[in-house]
Amino acid sequence: MTGRTKTMLAALALAAGIAALVLVPLLLNRYGLYILSMWAIMSIAAIGLNLTLGYAGQVSLAQGAFVGIGAYAAAIITTQGWPLVAALVVAVALCFVIGWLLGYPALRVQHHYLAFVTLAFSTLAYLVFRNEEWLTKGIYGITGVPRPTLFGWPLAAPLRFYYFCLAALGIVFAGAWWLVRSPWGRAFMALRENPMRAMSLGVDTRRYTLMAFAIGSSLGGVAGVLYAPLVEFIDPTPFTLGLSLNLLMMVIVGGSGFLFGPLLGALISVLLPEWLRFSEGLYLIVYALFVMILLAWSPTGILGIVDRYLARRRARAASAARSAAMPEALP
Amino acid sequence: MLNLLNLVVSGLATGAIYALVAIGFTLLWQTSQTINFAQGEFVMLPAFFVLAALNVGLPFWAAVVVGMIAALVLLGVTFKLVLVDPMLRHGVLPLAIATMALSIFLKDSVKEFYSAEAQAFPSIVPEGSLALFGTQIPLQSIGVFVLAVAAVVVLQQFLARSSTGRQMQAAAQNPTVARILGIPVERMILYTFLINAALVALASLLITPIYLAKFTSGETLGLAAFIAAIVGGFNQVRGAIVGGVVLGLVDNLAATYVSTQYRGAIPLFLLIAVILWRPQGLVGRAEERTV
Amino acid sequence: MNRLTIATAMAVALGMSAPTMAQIKLADVAELSGPGATVGTNWKNGIDLAVAEINEKGGILGQKIEVTHADSQSNPGIARAQVQKALDGNPYVLLGPGYSGSVKVTASLAQQAEIAQIMGGEAAELTQAGNPYLFRTSFGQQSSMPKVARYIAEEVKAKSVAVVWVNNDFGKGGRDMITKELAKRNVKVVADLSTEAGQADFAADAVKVKNANPDAVFIYLNEEESARALKEFRRQNIQAPLIGETTLIGQKVIELAGDAANGAKGHVGLTTDAPVPAVAAFRDRFAKKYNYVPDHNGIKGYLSIYVIKAVTEKMGKVDPKGFAKTLHGMTIKPEQEPGILMEVTYDANGDIDRQSFMAEVVGGKQVVKEILPKMGN
Repeated sequence: MTGRTKTMLAALALAAGIAALVLVPLLLNRYGLYILSMWAIMSIAAIGLNLTLGYAGQVSLAQGAFVGIGAYAAAIITTQGWPLVAALVVAVALCFVIGWLLGYPALRVQHHYLAFVTLAFSTLAYLVFRNEEWLTKGIYGITGVPRPTLFGWPLAAPLRFYYFCLAALGIVFAGAWWLVRSPWGRAFMALRENPMRAMSLGVDTRRYTLMAFAIGSSLGGVAGVLYAPLVEFIDPTPFTLGLSLNLLMMVIVGGSGFLFGPLLGALISVLLPEWLRFSEGLYLIVYALFVMILLAWSPTGILGIVDRYLARRRARAASAARSAAMPEALP
Repeated sequence: MLNLLNLVVSGLATGAIYALVAIGFTLLWQTSQTINFAQGEFVMLPAFFVLAALNVGLPFWAAVVVGMIAALVLLGVTFKLVLVDPMLRHGVLPLAIATMALSIFLKDSVKEFYSAEAQAFPSIVPEGSLALFGTQIPLQSIGVFVLAVAAVVVLQQFLARSSTGRQMQAAAQNPTVARILGIPVERMILYTFLINAALVALASLLITPIYLAKFTSGETLGLAAFIAAIVGGFNQVRGAIVGGVVLGLVDNLAATYVSTQYRGAIPLFLLIAVILWRPQGLVGRAEERTV
Repeated sequence: MNRLTIATAMAVALGMSAPTMAQIKLADVAELSGPGATVGTNWKNGIDLAVAEINEKGGILGQKIEVTHADSQSNPGIARAQVQKALDGNPYVLLGPGYSGSVKVTASLAQQAEIAQIMGGEAAELTQAGNPYLFRTSFGQQSSMPKVARYIAEEVKAKSVAVVWVNNDFGKGGRDMITKELAKRNVKVVADLSTEAGQADFAADAVKVKNANPDAVFIYLNEEESARALKEFRRQNIQAPLIGETTLIGQKVIELAGDAANGAKGHVGLTTDAPVPAVAAFRDRFAKKYNYVPDHNGIKGYLSIYVIKAVTEKMGKVDPKGFAKTLHGMTIKPEQEPGILMEVTYDANGDIDRQSFMAEVVGGKQVVKEILPKMGN
């Protein structure tokens, strides 16, 4: 298979995937649309975490908290009558700045301490959501979060809101695709592969790591901004440490460091109760077993398995081509 | 003054438990780079082994023995052979994620196959209390503290004095050199897993009469042990003790004198402060691995 | 299945009686995992017990009940998904959820679908939004707290109170309501102590109560934390009367707290300890099937099914649209429907009115001191 046809095939697969995501929902009921919207939103948060984890090699245990910050920003701002885009700006800025402030001292001290600091932050954020009643309405939550309108076009209906989420996912995905191919993205990966070498080549490692973490965090905020109008209600209970751990699992299960990894991981996690309907109440147990077995087998997740399979086939094809090209060399 | 005494006694008892759980945490990290996110569930589980044995009709002491053995076999040997060993070569992160999955697995298994309800649990320390300085100090608190401290002292003596203990230290500090010296590193690592299992089982016996046996009771405990380990020093057994006790005291004092709504936040601020200004932990030494 | 539904619909449309093989479909969405798992599991078990009992006796109007359970994971976002799915399947009645937040986010969906929702949430505001399809299974906090506040002000004659509450969905609502009711009666809250779910160490809270020196302490925690708090308060020698609502003086707390529970008083709405033979019989049946004694969420789940049975039999047909209208203002008596355990009346908001009790723990037993009649009487 030549490189050209491979690119063609990949483009075709991508087009088929997009077509399915656009067309299949036309046949779905409200539940299906809601679940798919949830998938798109969780995918955005997971793509952000994948930048931090998969490309810059930093463990963040606070992505759920950033989703919470985004969701609260959206709920508070839009219930005051402001448009969702204002919430988006606030959420992205807030998450970026908080990410920077968290990461700066943590990374100054030692590399893996970012995980501990974000763990603490995640729990603190939950306490603030719950306790600061004047701002967040506390444990009662904020009801009546409106769905947005886009250029005078109301997006309240489930199908329209799904397309809105899907479009957001498309933009974020394209942005991530561009980012990892940009010089920045290469610097991120250099950091992950060999921080010492990156430093000796003149990459300001701390700044790039921070940048990756802050951008990843603000994507968590973007996901939150969509989450609030999807559910139309926000209270602190979803944004515990559990959500952060869950997002981390999505990225690892899908395949960290692969662009499509988070999308796949989020699909498995969000549709989990559906996949495992046969197991009745046992689906969390089955999921946990699946994650353990998968990681023992392939630490790079599902896409890691696919990747290795393709690499093996390529290698076999290459050696076959080599032996075909020089028959005389053989005795 | 009386109030302060009450707070300190309570805090010390809770802190001693945190310390027991945190020690196992640091042991696993040092010998096999395992960050065990299921450590809290490891404390929750042995109590259920004991309860199951009691349900079969065994007397309490026999049930405790059964629980101990089950903990050593399942949380020690099986955990290492089935989960840790195959994953170790993949690095720290996949293993950490796998232990997160393990924690979900253990919690939900207990909920589905035993009960979602809290279960009362018999105390190995006698009930009742001791009148001291004009207040009542529960024997349970004293017993928990004494037993926890005794376990830690025995462990430290074992590590420092016995030949096996010193081999374990060597295996943790530099596995390659230890291997050259003829130390069976693999077996030493297995020993740390067994010690961890014994410690969490002891913690389970001590704390369940107060916390009650419930599938969720490991959640707060695991997090507290994690914080205690980092605050004290992630690479020191005595660090875990200091961390645990400091955490127990800080929690009670903060809830009394700062804020009850944010009582959960104070230990986290402590954690962040330690990371910023003393990343090796309160009693740890920088970048050194010892048991 | 679909064809069967169509067939049934056609049969009904043609004025024929529904075939006896038809089933009544109920959908339950509950907190089966996450922090609310104990609540949701009790609720689910209660439902399953009632459904099994009714089906054994031939069902409702000759139709068997079929109930599906879905897990909200104690998360409003997922509760919404599961309720949407349940409603897409056109159930007769929607059961749950139990967390007030999850009820808030799903109530409007059931209302749009014009399907009655019988839920477990206790927050006061739930039934005050004018949703005609939403029904409780227990007292809302707006019904129980005035009774407690009256008791504290008039019987205990307390001028100052310390309020110890668990800072979650359940505890915060109760704390806000009791604070309001106490203020109406000129009783001052001198200590307002928030505690965490799963908290083990109440030493700090005891110290704060002692420093505030109140005339009474109101404790609003879940069973396990209630027991730990009682033990610590007794140990630190707090003399003021300890007063609670439903959970504080339940059998489970007495069992866990031992002697420390003696002297605790409180209002009891719906517990398995209610001095009513039918309730005790229910408790034994439940314990026999599931090997544990249910909390009030178990009874709530159980009652929800018998409410459905009573309403359906009153209508004489399985009519989803008529259900809510029939239940409003309806009184269900145990003489007609033994499964309802205690007489209950639904008002126009979907709130309930039922007899309740003031009780005290004496010598390790809950002793009823006073029977509070239904408010409507």
